[in-house]
Amino acid sequence: MTEISPTSPVVRIRGLRKSFGTNLVLDGIDLDVRKGEVVVVIGPSGSGKTTLLRCINLLETYDEGSIQVDRVEVGFRDGSSSARQRRSDRELARIRADIGMVFQLFNLFPHLTARENVVLGLRKVRGLPTAEAKRVAEQWLTRVGLADKLDSLPSQLSGGQQQRVGIARAVAMDPKVLLLDEITSALDPELVGEVLTVAQELARDGMTMIVVTHEMTFARDVGSRIVFMDGGRIQVQGTPREVLTAPAHDRLKAFLARIELKQR
Amino acid sequence: MNYHLNFNYIWTHFDKLTWGLVLSLELAFVSILIGVAIGLSLALAYTGGGRLVRGVVAGYVEFIRNVPLLLLIYLVFYGVPSVGGFAYEPATSFVLTLSVYAGAYMVEVFRAGLTAVPRGLIDAGKAIGLNAWQRLICVRLPTMFRIVLPSLSNAYVSLFKDTSLAAVIAVPELTYGAQWIKTNSFRVIEVWIVVTPLYLITGYALLFTLQQLERRFAIQR
Amino acid sequence: MIFALQSLPYLWQGLLMTLEVSALVVFFSLIAGTILGVAIVYGPRWLYWPVRIYSDFFRGIPLLVLIFFMYYGLPLFKINLTNFASVVLALSAFKTAHIIEVVRGAIQSIPVGQTEAGKTIGLRFGQRLLYVVAPQAVRRFLPPWINAVVDAVKGSALVSLVGIVDLMLAIQQVIGRTYMPMPLYVLGALMYFGINYSLSSASRRLEARFAYIRE
Repeated sequence: MTEISPTSPVVRIRGLRKSFGTNLVLDGIDLDVRKGEVVVVIGPSGSGKTTLLRCINLLETYDEGSIQVDRVEVGFRDGSSSARQRRSDRELARIRADIGMVFQLFNLFPHLTARENVVLGLRKVRGLPTAEAKRVAEQWLTRVGLADKLDSLPSQLSGGQQQRVGIARAVAMDPKVLLLDEITSALDPELVGEVLTVAQELARDGMTMIVVTHEMTFARDVGSRIVFMDGGRIQVQGTPREVLTAPAHDRLKAFLARIELKQR
Repeated sequence: MNYHLNFNYIWTHFDKLTWGLVLSLELAFVSILIGVAIGLSLALAYTGGGRLVRGVVAGYVEFIRNVPLLLLIYLVFYGVPSVGGFAYEPATSFVLTLSVYAGAYMVEVFRAGLTAVPRGLIDAGKAIGLNAWQRLICVRLPTMFRIVLPSLSNAYVSLFKDTSLAAVIAVPELTYGAQWIKTNSFRVIEVWIVVTPLYLITGYALLFTLQQLERRFAIQR
Repeated sequence: MIFALQSLPYLWQGLLMTLEVSALVVFFSLIAGTILGVAIVYGPRWLYWPVRIYSDFFRGIPLLVLIFFMYYGLPLFKINLTNFASVVLALSAFKTAHIIEVVRGAIQSIPVGQTEAGKTIGLRFGQRLLYVVAPQAVRRFLPPWINAVVDAVKGSALVSLVGIVDLMLAIQQVIGRTYMPMPLYVLGALMYFGINYSLSSASRRLEARFAYIRE
């Protein structure tokens, strides 16, 4: 595992609250993620894990609290502490360019080839010239093992291959933090491994990651910190050893028991 | 604008509109019944039949769907009697035409409906020992009907609007009644103000009612 | 039968008129329908209901009723259009309502994850529309739009009822001279069929070609 930087955290969340209508989904989340950390978020469905992730890059707005990525408040402009102003689409676009996300359903652009999927952000957001953008894209696609699929359309790729393109697309933007939202949940079992391997390599190379997953083996082997969420709150945090191998918390124990049963 | 709205003529002859509306609904109803019969049998023939059968059915469907309804109406009303040597009532001729027209659309609806029956249900039928005919009657058709209910409702409302073309061969449905009143009173705007809502409201009422029925029977896809 | 074939030049003129009317209707409805369709999806809130009402209204009444009102009614409002103009207006207004729905459907059928992915790589709203939404929307739009074009050609037959000599009226005029309804109706049907069948085949081919856009 790489050195954890002692400077201020890449992601800093304080008192995060969010409701969908009358349903309180996030009930006061405090979380720090430092550079190079791999924070794995586990918990039952409905616990708010995915919503938490989607608030970080403002795919969901949040009502109360603060989310800072590299000391920049994500959802609101700096200003007086009263009446906060929500950020405009332009501002959000700039912030989101530094936050990468990989989706459960891949969300590749179906009208673009694998290479073009990765090139789009490099050219239009990072402003790289075409030749350079293609070079970087090819580099990343090769890293995830798809050197021979550069000109394939998503419809010509397997689920595992599509997800690896998704990872390449997110990582090529050189994000400060990478958000992984159950990236293997929609994959056939035999394709899960190839995707988790790529994620593991990224972690090993120092990428700051926040991962929502049900893959406990991955959590144990790759995670530097495990966060257990239930009912919209963080119930337990700690190293994989503390949280997974010797759980003390009741609901955590029950959750892990259910997962164990499923994964056997 | 020197025009004063005067609905008198319309109110005295309002029955032409109300009975016209009823006739429109009836024409559409009979046509969809026959159309369903045609469509279902041809859809079954298509899925079960060989190349010749499929070709004939496809030819029928393509022909009807690519030719204007107006032309079909004239063809059946004026053309057919001239060859056949008989004559028939405009209403009969129109229902015949609209049924054949509806039938072509129904073939597509039922063909899609039949292929939409989940394979699992058919396999379950095989597993409990039903033969092909029993599977058709007990499993495939009932399921298919529930799947196609929304399409059938939309088709009926659509046909209801198509009945307005019956006016061109003097069938006394709603549009013909409107034309009659307009010709005899010159009150175009008043007729418009009355007839347009009649079509709109009837259309929505039909859709709403049929959707309520659907809720009881249909399968969510 | 020979009479029928001798009348071909006259029918041909009618066919050209049919094509002219159809082309105009398709052109106007495409522009108006696309603008309003995009407006109803991305536009301000106050635009939604007016466009929605327009769309529901014109799809809820029969085309014939609309044509008759425009033809007889517009002069009463001191709007004096030629037969041709008023019927093209009626047909265009009618078709626009359908195009609005086709455009709306094309855009809204794109999974929401697509714009989210676009946001995720830092694209701004305009960039998302241009690089993510539009390419997919166009591919979803074309097959149903071609079906709408076929409908427009079929609908154009109604102009015969207000005296425009299109293919439909030409057929009837020839029948008036030759007293041979059946062969002429069949011939006319084949001519309409020829145009529309090639269009709907193209639509089917496009739909198959663009299947990859709908995983």
